[in-house]
Amino acid sequence: MTLDHAALAQHRPYLLRYALQQLRDEGQAEDVVQETLLAALQGNFSGQSSLRTWLTSILKHKIIDLIRRQSREAPLPGATDSDDDTLDDFDALFDRRGHWTSEDTPQAWQQPNAALESKQFWKVYEACAQLMPQRLALVFSMREVMDMDIDEICKSLSISATNCSVILYRARMSLRLCLDKNWFGNPEKVG
Amino acid sequence: MLACKQATQLASAALDRKLSVAEQIQLRLHLAMCSGCRNFSRQINLLRQISQRRAEHNDDA
Ligand SMILES: [Zn+2]
Repeated sequence: MTLDHAALAQHRPYLLRYALQQLRDEGQAEDVVQETLLAALQGNFSGQSSLRTWLTSILKHKIIDLIRRQSREAPLPGATDSDDDTLDDFDALFDRRGHWTSEDTPQAWQQPNAALESKQFWKVYEACAQLMPQRLALVFSMREVMDMDIDEICKSLSISATNCSVILYRARMSLRLCLDKNWFGNPEKVG
Repeated sequence: MLACKQATQLASAALDRKLSVAEQIQLRLHLAMCSGCRNFSRQINLLRQISQRRAEHNDDA
């Protein structure tokens, strides 16, 4: 199936938002989207999946390539490896024996499906995601959004598997806590 | 019995790798007795769905 520029251009804004969420850098996001559209023009769209799905899968590879190249050239910004080994940030949630303190014990989230339909919820989510240090956000994205396995992530970023697990743990703790404080645990916002 | 702190680490690891049999048993025992960690575990699973949905349905954002 041949693709024309107009058909591809339609998906450009979507791809750009996708890339920006993963990379947090407009210049880089523009670049990977450009590369993706060029690759799409030269590539072979079978028509088995939707055009958007196909473009997104090319884009994922371009993003991963970029991350690989960057981490070879310069280590990730933010923490050093030793900082990632500590789990102390979240110690305050637990008592001395390692059990949840009474006020921080996770309560059930009410109506999570309704939240996903709420514009306000996505604003809160966006703010919570931005709150994560870039390094955490990147590893979280690679794992949860791009569905890479731990070994692939470690190799791409040259970090140890243990470190990777710790980073993911901290990302999940941070995101969960932020959504809990600002949405699910806040009775005014729910419903 | 595991403390909640370790249970949350295992619950997170379970999303990324296959736990050993011993780890699975420890985690399951803990979750059976601890509603806080049950909620935690459910919620980090939900984070996966939420983050995928945000990336793929970013039109409304
Ligand atoms: Zn517990």
